[in-house]
Amino acid sequence: MTQQKRKFGFETRMLHAGHIPDPVTGARAVPIYQTTSYVFEDTDKAAQLFELKQYGNIYTRINNPTNAVFEERIASLENATGAVATASGMAAQFAVMMTLLQAGDAIVSSSHLYGGTKTQFTHTLKKLGVTAHFVDPTDLSAWERAITPNTRALYGETIGNPQGSILDIEPLAALAHAHHIPLIVDSTFATPYLCRPIDFGADIVTHSATKFIGGHGSSIAGVVLDSGKFDFSTFPTIADPDPAYHDLRFYETFGHYGFLMKTRAVTVRDTGAALSPFNAFLLIQGLETLSVRMERHVSNALTVAAFLKAHPCVEWVAYASLPDSPYHALAQKYTPRGSGAVFTFGIRGSNKRRAGKTFIEALHLFSHLANVGDARSLVIHPASTTHQQLSDAELREAGIDAGMIRLSIGLETVEDLLWDLDQALQATLA
Amino acid sequence: MGLGSGIAGDIGMNTALTDDQRALYMDSRVIRTILATSKTVAIVGLSPKPERPSYFVGSYLQSEGYRVIPVNPRADEILGEKSYPDLLSIPFRVDLVDVFRQPEECVEVAKQAVQINAAALWLQLRVINFEAADIARAAGLHVVMDRCVKIEHGRYGGSLHWVGMNTEIISARRGGRYF
Repeated sequence: MTQQKRKFGFETRMLHAGHIPDPVTGARAVPIYQTTSYVFEDTDKAAQLFELKQYGNIYTRINNPTNAVFEERIASLENATGAVATASGMAAQFAVMMTLLQAGDAIVSSSHLYGGTKTQFTHTLKKLGVTAHFVDPTDLSAWERAITPNTRALYGETIGNPQGSILDIEPLAALAHAHHIPLIVDSTFATPYLCRPIDFGADIVTHSATKFIGGHGSSIAGVVLDSGKFDFSTFPTIADPDPAYHDLRFYETFGHYGFLMKTRAVTVRDTGAALSPFNAFLLIQGLETLSVRMERHVSNALTVAAFLKAHPCVEWVAYASLPDSPYHALAQKYTPRGSGAVFTFGIRGSNKRRAGKTFIEALHLFSHLANVGDARSLVIHPASTTHQQLSDAELREAGIDAGMIRLSIGLETVEDLLWDLDQALQATLA
Repeated sequence: MGLGSGIAGDIGMNTALTDDQRALYMDSRVIRTILATSKTVAIVGLSPKPERPSYFVGSYLQSEGYRVIPVNPRADEILGEKSYPDLLSIPFRVDLVDVFRQPEECVEVAKQAVQINAAALWLQLRVINFEAADIARAAGLHVVMDRCVKIEHGRYGGSLHWVGMNTEIISARRGGRYF
């Protein structure tokens, strides 16, 4: 009986949650169910499935047995009640917004966001009649002032991209709940190993699983998770009869599963950004080594950040785990094992934009590309790539230093990473 | 496949009960025994409206092979079965009494469940009444509280997993139904 109550550890759940070996074949690895559809037992069972009166497989745009292993496993690791996998991280956050919001609604979001998210909120949501208000995430009163009767959710990133700020989740969750709205946290940079936002009161968590969860730069994917604790009983889009599903009331019918059931059976069904089962398999492979990889990612990142901090060619380093970071105290609370492996630093120089370009072109091991969270180390210089059309003055306005470099620290021999960075920094002096 | 060696692991998300209360009213062995041994399930408060949660549970249990007996004084027939005004009016044996009523009505339901010699009393999610539970337990009934019989059937039967939910079941043995 005592055995029944055991709470299994994070690493055990990385390997076992969501997958019980198949009773017929005994296959130990997770099989890839590369199928679009599933034969119904009979017409009555088929009707039950379509009416959501049975849990089961209908069509891979809605669910898939390989995807289900990934979903249940990441839900277990995030202490969530369940999950819905999507084709990308952008699809995941869009699915959350499309499930919660309708025309006329507003959200309040941290301004420390991935640029793609900011564009999606500012322009794509606007086309659908939803307004996004951006606030300085470090100023709780700014969040409070931005909330209006139309506000339906608060949104932020555990570790802000690219500022490296740490979201103060606990008071933000309390603020959201005082207004009867959910707090949504994107935790891509943290992964559930470094921070579990639900443990601090977040209601909905999203990830770009493309990054550290997959971990090898091979697959685009996203996931939506729900704590199951938010009271959606008076939240219009989850509580009211849904005309897209013969007037089903998702909260009343599915209780703590209501938001996720609606996300799956309405939003993802209708918008179609389903995860490929093959990609789900690769993400599961990634999850099985998540803790081991993240430990090395953050220890390498801290070593690199401290090295850069002391380097004469470097003006500043924004990594929350460094003791003099303005976010150090928050990092100690929310990401005590390390504040991720993605951070920025600034190169010194009279012409920073040129110095940045020279640095990138002198690197041997860091891959110059637009991604983070690969097992390999990655680098990008916003002023010469994503933001190259902006003048130095416009860059400053956007909060970007012309010499700012973003690194995603991989699992290579750390001395080799330091060697590569040092020789490329020396090249900027020439 | 029987109850096997049991489910190792703490299955305790989404409840308003304390750990001690969960030990009494959410014992996975008790839940699995009820699911495995019940054949006739009386659903007190079963609605005739197809979009209501009780109807979802009733039609689910029916399609999973249980005989569902509606207990609803305002309906004649639900899900193709005659509806009874109360448990005492049911003229045959009921194994499980599943309750979709307000908590304050549960004491009377528990007394009737004892009177008709049911094997188990199950109060649905957030239907919490400890007096009702005590009455049923004192008479030897199994009692489950603050759980949904459909969710638990899906959890131990394997289908809840297919919609991405966290079943909290961890096992390296070959799978199958856990009841």
